[in-house]
Amino acid sequence: MTTASVSLGASVSSQSRFMQLALAAFLGIFVMGFVGFSHIDAVHNAAHDYRHSMAFPCH
Amino acid sequence: MNLFRNVVFIAAIAGLVAGVVLACMQAYATVPLILKAEVYEQAGGGHEHEHAAAPAAPADATSGNAMSSAAPAANSMSAATPASAEAAAPAEDEGWAPADGLERFAFSVLANIVTGIGFALILVAVSEFAGGIGNWRQGVFWGLAGFAVFTLAPGLGLPPELPAMPAADLTERQIWWWATVAATAAGLGLITFRKSLPLAILAVALIVAPHIVGAPQPDSYKTAIPEGLHHQFVVAVTVTNLVFWLVLGAVVGVVRGRFTGTATSLRDSFA
Repeated sequence: MTTASVSLGASVSSQSRFMQLALAAFLGIFVMGFVGFSHIDAVHNAAHDYRHSMAFPCH
Repeated sequence: MNLFRNVVFIAAIAGLVAGVVLACMQAYATVPLILKAEVYEQAGGGHEHEHAAAPAAPADATSGNAMSSAAPAANSMSAATPASAEAAAPAEDEGWAPADGLERFAFSVLANIVTGIGFALILVAVSEFAGGIGNWRQGVFWGLAGFAVFTLAPGLGLPPELPAMPAADLTERQIWWWATVAATAAGLGLITFRKSLPLAILAVALIVAPHIVGAPQPDSYKTAIPEGLHHQFVVAVTVTNLVFWLVLGAVVGVVRGRFTGTATSLRDSFA
């Protein structure tokens, strides 16, 4: 599984690499957290069918 | 920020494709069932058991059913006319909601694409730590892992639910959902990337632990929704999510392969 030797942005330092990947992951968590888990009524109503269809805790 | 830019680029394409695919599947498989359930919800006057019992404090985080207590207006998203939605609005501070039909569908598609990109960002970033998804086949396996983490594991304790179904406190359920996702992801990661028996045992413990703790459950399971309709919905949600994750992983593999120009040479490298 770890055989993909060519990586994206291979030239960056390992610390910078970690920070950038962590940043991307947190951005993803924030985006899906906001759309799928936000308690704001308007956001809930807009994504209502989506939340149910994803089995996210809803209502 | 070269790497970050590449990750976002790949995630945007994969999330867009998989999100559109999921939205199409939902339009045929899950949304019709949600609309059916809302008919039951309305037939019950919109005051299902727990909903009726919920205190009238919509924004109160400790009252998970508060949002459901605003059910009359929420229901209106399916069958009611905008006029009746307005009529219901003063009773509960329900807030804005998309109009039925095209607008409601459009927002579902938008939610699918935006969160598709969110899931893709997580998938690409995490997989890069493990060397990256080299081709569509590796992507399919990563997609299976994503399905297990984000759908299967939380779905065991908190099965997909239809409107008007009783449920425990919203915040508690969300906390359990996230904790289960985190524990399952950590467990699968330990099993896959650490070749050590004690760590594998720890991994199994991590995966099992949330289900021993148990998901927050409602006081009563009494609902107007027929068992058959709910079962159909659980199957539809699970299968559509499975396809979504397989597509997401595969597209990430293909796009990333194009990006690095190594798709063919890595084709058989998995397992």
